[in-house]
Amino acid sequence: MAKSVSRSKRIRVLPGFKLTLGFTLFYLGLIVLIPLAAVFWKTTTLTWPQFWQTITMPTAMASYRLTFGASFLAALVNVVFGLIVAWVLVRYEFFGKKIVNALVDLPFALPTAVAGITLAALYSKTGWIGQLLEPLGIKAANTQLGIFIALTFIGLPFIVRTVQPILEDLDPELEEAASSLGANRWQVFWRVILPMLTPALLTGFALAFARALGEYGSVIFIAGNIPMKTQITPVIIMGELDMFDYGKATAIAVVMLVVSFVLLLTINVLQWWTNRYNTNNLA
Amino acid sequence: MTPAVTTFHTPHHVVHRHTTSEPPFVRRALIGVALVFLSLFLFLPLVFVFTQAFAKGIGFYFETLRDPNAWSAIKLTLLAAAIAVPLNCVFGVCAAWAIAKFDFPGKNILLTLIDLPFSVSPVIAGLIYVLVFGAQGWLGLYLNADNPHFPWLQNWLNDHNFKIIFAVPGIVLATIFVTFPFVARELIPLMQAQGRSEEEAARVLGASGWQTFWRVTLPNIKWGLIYGVILCNARAMGEFGAVSVVSGKIRGQTNTIPLHIEALYDDYNFTGAFAVASLLAFLALITLGIKTWVEHQQAKQEISK
Repeated sequence: MAKSVSRSKRIRVLPGFKLTLGFTLFYLGLIVLIPLAAVFWKTTTLTWPQFWQTITMPTAMASYRLTFGASFLAALVNVVFGLIVAWVLVRYEFFGKKIVNALVDLPFALPTAVAGITLAALYSKTGWIGQLLEPLGIKAANTQLGIFIALTFIGLPFIVRTVQPILEDLDPELEEAASSLGANRWQVFWRVILPMLTPALLTGFALAFARALGEYGSVIFIAGNIPMKTQITPVIIMGELDMFDYGKATAIAVVMLVVSFVLLLTINVLQWWTNRYNTNNLA
Repeated sequence: MTPAVTTFHTPHHVVHRHTTSEPPFVRRALIGVALVFLSLFLFLPLVFVFTQAFAKGIGFYFETLRDPNAWSAIKLTLLAAAIAVPLNCVFGVCAAWAIAKFDFPGKNILLTLIDLPFSVSPVIAGLIYVLVFGAQGWLGLYLNADNPHFPWLQNWLNDHNFKIIFAVPGIVLATIFVTFPFVARELIPLMQAQGRSEEEAARVLGASGWQTFWRVTLPNIKWGLIYGVILCNARAMGEFGAVSVVSGKIRGQTNTIPLHIEALYDDYNFTGAFAVASLLAFLALITLGIKTWVEHQQAKQEISK
């Protein structure tokens, strides 16, 4: 503490602190903080019973269950497959690896509307995948399964890109030590590698889950947006906005914002945990 | 190498391979699972976009893109990105400079606040600007207020029928919001890792602040900056949810490329929708290409250091 105080008391050699911090705070306030505050300002125009009634109306409740359930499942599936993809990309050599590695980021780079219409058309009754699923009695278009597929698509890079660097930095000596002590490959993975990857996996899961909760563009085309069945929460907000009922839209937005903020906090703690693990390994 | 060394090394090598790698069939199975999963979720959709785009031939493709509404959507998207990306780029450099080169209390809070737009649903990102600038929002209340603080401003705004929501300024603002953290997120860790000794040395040797930035900092961060800018640009041109709330979706006027895709899709003009979508898919591929190239350059820079 004393060290850091004496350090900041020292003359600042580098210029521009006030200018850059000032502009940062001004721009942050103007673009992000003041508009976000408007949400909480708008909710004060509702009375408490009105607010409560809006956020617990049946269509909203159904949308929370769907949004949370589908996001959770999609993130979970991505943890499994994302880990496999990251593992394969770090540990093995195969034809086309560089292209595959670059393509993993596609869900980040592909606009959500494009992903949305593509998935909807692929999984429709006549689509490339939909017509294969049809004889099996599986329907993806306009069902909750479709929402799950879209959320899996957009969540994929989060797990791969959080696990990949940790896996690359993993010290092979730990694995060698474990196996020289008699552990088989499966035990090494389960007892040595996986515990070290857990913080990264959790961070990736939380990032994918948080992204999925707010997702709109890639979901609405495949979902069909049937009330009580396939309406995600952002669609409910959109519906209220289309009817110019800003109070109701804002009330539901507040619920989502609070959940997002809690998740953001969790992610920060998880990331700190991941990094701590990382530096421990280096030391 | 003498034979003795070789015989000494061989068993060690075998043991090494055996203990820190999987049997070949497990390896092949894992590669297989990963490739099937990725082809299903990434490769197939990508191929599908381009196949559908040209389903009615190349003539229809260019006819769709030459349509005045499509052309106006392309121009609006380029305009929004041309405003949002440079602004967020300047912000990103400023924020990274302040955070990475100086110590001050509340730095972690600031970092979290910069990340906020990432965790807000796009629909809510649009909603907040409706609440500030919409008819029922702060600006709307101000326009109709009986005792405004600045009567001249109220008069000016009313006289010019000043509109932000359901007009171009709202689209630009929503785009700025959703792409807000991209450049900053890329530069902050990079500049923190580089420390401040090089800049301090430049200053001690007599360089001015600007010289230090242009000649020392910028060359060090250029790849990260390019990376941040292309990600920011990809998102700016592709944003759908936030823009769809504030745009009002007037064809030929307030439709961006993604909104135009939605309009075509809703008209059951699927081939047209995919033709326009192929532009954005192509942009995504270019973005991924530049990203890979930048990572390659970054790795080269690290090695040469």
